[in-house]
Amino acid sequence: MELLCPAGNLPALKTAINNGADAVYIGLKDDTNARHFAGLNFNETKLDKAADYVHQHGKKLHVAINTFAHPDGEQRWRKAVDKAVAMGTDALIIADIGVMAYAAEKYPDVERHVSVQASTTNLEAIKFYHNNFGVSRVVLPRVLSVQQVRQLAKSSPVALEVFAFGSLCIMAEGRCYLSSYMTGESPNTVGACSPAKYVRWQETEEGLESRLNNVLIDRYKRDEHAGYPTLCKGRFEVEDNVYHALEEPTSLNTLELIPELAAMGIVSVKIEGRQRSPAYVEQVAKTWRAALDRYQQTPQDFTLEQSWMQTLANLSEGAQTTLGAYHRKWQ
Amino acid sequence: MKFSLGPSLFFWPKQEVHDYYQRASDSSADIIYLGETVCSKRRELRAKDWLELARQLSSNTDKQIVVSTMTLLESPAEIQVMRRLCDNGDLLVEANDLSAVQMMHELKLPFVLGPAINCYNLATLKVFLKQGLVRWVMPVELSGDWLRQLLQEAEQENIRHQFECEVFSWGYLPLAYSARCFTARSEDRPKDDCQYCCINYPQGRKMNSREGERVFVLNGIQTMSGYQYNLVNEVPQMKAMGVDIARISADSDAAFMQLNNFKAQLQTPQHKALVSTTECNGYWHQIPGMSIA
Repeated sequence: MELLCPAGNLPALKTAINNGADAVYIGLKDDTNARHFAGLNFNETKLDKAADYVHQHGKKLHVAINTFAHPDGEQRWRKAVDKAVAMGTDALIIADIGVMAYAAEKYPDVERHVSVQASTTNLEAIKFYHNNFGVSRVVLPRVLSVQQVRQLAKSSPVALEVFAFGSLCIMAEGRCYLSSYMTGESPNTVGACSPAKYVRWQETEEGLESRLNNVLIDRYKRDEHAGYPTLCKGRFEVEDNVYHALEEPTSLNTLELIPELAAMGIVSVKIEGRQRSPAYVEQVAKTWRAALDRYQQTPQDFTLEQSWMQTLANLSEGAQTTLGAYHRKWQ
Repeated sequence: MKFSLGPSLFFWPKQEVHDYYQRASDSSADIIYLGETVCSKRRELRAKDWLELARQLSSNTDKQIVVSTMTLLESPAEIQVMRRLCDNGDLLVEANDLSAVQMMHELKLPFVLGPAINCYNLATLKVFLKQGLVRWVMPVELSGDWLRQLLQEAEQENIRHQFECEVFSWGYLPLAYSARCFTARSEDRPKDDCQYCCINYPQGRKMNSREGERVFVLNGIQTMSGYQYNLVNEVPQMKAMGVDIARISADSDAAFMQLNNFKAQLQTPQHKALVSTTECNGYWHQIPGMSIA
């Protein structure tokens, strides 16, 4: 199984490669990718350097072009594909069907991966991409249970990649407009969820409040850990009950599923977090490399190190991790 | 310009569904969509019951009846059920997932592309036209300007006549889909033992901020807007830019009255003030969806 790590800048990319990533995925410095944050991502010069570094080390580079093209800007998405191909990307990660059609027609020999943002959750949807665009990989959304992933892996004509670690999207990716409902900007249209420019923190008599475009997302008591106000992870009221109505601040961690994922033939495990620091990437890459290597050496007798789980928990939202939808109980 | 009644996004008892569609057949709607689009565990009506109801409506009225399919499909069993709906023999189908598009293409049948499929631009629309698209329902987060540009591009490429364009115009907006059931969670039940509790919330469960602001509505695995979207004041503008159909989402209370309100705007446009604590129209105006322009 390939270890696929995120990089939001060149230092993170080098860190990922130096710490055991088999492949790294990045985005361009514009709204063609779903981590369109200030100070993040790669311009053309950096793109070249990224490709050189990755290829010198015998690893692979994937470029995410995974937002949806605007009617007046389809050229921007096509140019993103052109640039990524020109600097020698090993794979394009694409969400928009129009962009996918362009890439398949113009660059039939460059690998196309169906982005998680395309929300491909079943065999017939995979066939759609297989038949029309000859894709070589589908990234599965984080809505399937392990049993469902296994069923799909048995019958899929295309290799499958799954999310292994990082911030947990609880909605089918690419099918969540909660952020634009509250702020006008969504992952699909602008490449960001709960964008930072709408976040406001305020100390009040009732506690520290976090707001997104003025909507109260959460209010923390003095001893509580306050997290980034991603709108689906706040505390809300349903009748008289105040709780995390959608999800708690938590991260996905599937380290313990390595043997199952490998046995069902998953080709790649993806680490979320292009917005994260090189230090974060280093620790996650190192831990996952160690775990994957351990599995490789003793597949029959794979055991988790407590220290791995501790490291990953410390890096997680709310310092807690979950198996998410992979485990039926979470659903 | 025509007006459609969208599929009910909620879970209602069988008899209520039948009563509702009886009223729908007497309503001013030109097109009626029906079928379960949210959760495959909702089985008050099974695939054959939906088809039976659809055929009954089809033979009793001159309205167009369209069978809507599921949005988030995760298992072969769900695909099997959908196949029965897609391969129904006579009724038009609304595809709400690419799996349905794939099936309709294999069956060589025309289809409506529902609002939960990410068709954001003309290049994508052209791919779907080749697959058999005859009507496109715009994703709910897109604006009037976005639509105008797209339709103009279609005109320029001389393909505008090949498809109808429909806009979700009234009701709680379907905003997100999850593996998790939020209604079951709100009752502290696991999804596997949900006891079909969303049948107790015929208009979903309100989810407010801790300041009492209506943020979202929980509807099983679906999250909806807290406010009802209302484009009643935009009907003349929609007509002018070439929107073919405005969709009124099925609602146990108000949908039929809204159908009449919307239709009346075609004859004598009249500005209606929206209520800021229960209504919104932001998406159409390219501002936060929950706002009023």
